[in-house]
Amino acid sequence: MGLLSKKDSKLILDPLADNNPITIQVLGICSALAITAELKASIVMSISVLFVLGLGNVVISLMRNIIPSKIRIIVQLVVVATLVIIVDLVLKAFSYELSKTLSVFVGLIITNCIIMGRFEAFALGNGPWRSFLDGVGNAAGYGIILVMVGFFRELLGSGTLLGFKVLGDPIEKTGLYALGYENNGFMLLSPMALIVVGIIIWVQRTKNKALVEDH
Amino acid sequence: MEHIELFFKSIFIDNMVFATFLGMCSYLAVSKKVSTAVGLGAAVIFVLAITVPLNWLLDQYLLQPGALKWLGAEYIDYDLSFLSFIMFIATIATMVQLVEIVVEKFSPSLYNSLGIFLPLIAVNCAILGGSLFMQSREIPTLGLATVYGVGSGIGWFLAILAIAAIREKIRYSNVPPALRGLGITFIITGLMAIGFMSFGGMLTGGDEEAKSETKTAVVVDEKVEETIVSNASETTEAKEEKVLANNIKVNE
Repeated sequence: MGLLSKKDSKLILDPLADNNPITIQVLGICSALAITAELKASIVMSISVLFVLGLGNVVISLMRNIIPSKIRIIVQLVVVATLVIIVDLVLKAFSYELSKTLSVFVGLIITNCIIMGRFEAFALGNGPWRSFLDGVGNAAGYGIILVMVGFFRELLGSGTLLGFKVLGDPIEKTGLYALGYENNGFMLLSPMALIVVGIIIWVQRTKNKALVEDH
Repeated sequence: MEHIELFFKSIFIDNMVFATFLGMCSYLAVSKKVSTAVGLGAAVIFVLAITVPLNWLLDQYLLQPGALKWLGAEYIDYDLSFLSFIMFIATIATMVQLVEIVVEKFSPSLYNSLGIFLPLIAVNCAILGGSLFMQSREIPTLGLATVYGVGSGIGWFLAILAIAAIREKIRYSNVPPALRGLGITFIITGLMAIGFMSFGGMLTGGDEEAKSETKTAVVVDEKVEETIVSNASETTEAKEEKVLANNIKVNE
């Protein structure tokens, strides 16, 4: 990569797999699960987090030398809350239906542990450009898992992807449904999100033995 | 009556962890031992019981469209609801600090057991989620808001207690290496959530049944705390059985 040095590109690529915020660092799970019944909601949520985390990391990094460490949590919360209000208003203006589906979970980006975690662990000790890359990388790692979970839940649960009937029409019995395939409505219920993430973790750790935990 | 209904609904049917996945980060991070889980759970109940009614007052008299009419007729058109995220989180952060200071001053023993968990709680999704759900479900009175806060807190407490008990036991079982730790915890939580979904029918039973249930509920009202404790142990046992069944499957 010409634009990024090797060290900088590591900041983006690491969180995508080996240091993934959800499956390895166990951060930001709250909002990851509740909204993944549809692929579209997952994608919008990932983009919102990408915006908030990338920009928030830059802002905190710029202010890192003037924030008194005793009140830094409140300062961080105010920065995130402001960015989240922007996201919320934009969503309400341009995609009202979707903002209803996401309901309170847009607001809950504020307390998404990934954001506070990256502010604490990275933005307070690094320059704006590196913090931006770190924010983008971690948000992308979060997004990948969200999109994966959303993909499987929507495909197996309602037989659609982004609203398109990819497996045929269940009522007119076309495509796969002609062969007797049925949608698994269970995938749309919230507990399945946990189990799907559990399986993703299983697959990832089977491939990379170094990530296996002891008891 | 309304209060009791909302209380049980917020504990079992709309359980914070199993129905809406709020506070999952600390739920997963602090559930390795029962004793720490109890400390964090108690702190969550405490903070939710304070912040939800407080944010209800804020919402009612400051943020809702037309909420400022107590200031005079010319303020009736103001709508400050876009500020609710920032107001709620500011209230929560300050209240957590305040509670920490007060508890440290007046009850050092409580501070020693709760103290380290309080700063964690300011950024716990369950706390902000409690306030946001209170707002989006339009809970009508201050009393109901308090009941909702306490009920959600107890629901969260039950969930973390159950998973901590299971994780203490599961250490001795033969889990596939790649699933150890995080993976199996996710899957168990999923199974527990499926179990909790069965509470969904609790409030939609037949009319006559519902009436007799409410009578006993009123009588038992004073003993609610006790019932909950016994419920907790029951649910924990039930889940442990489930885990055992699970282990058997895994072993096969």
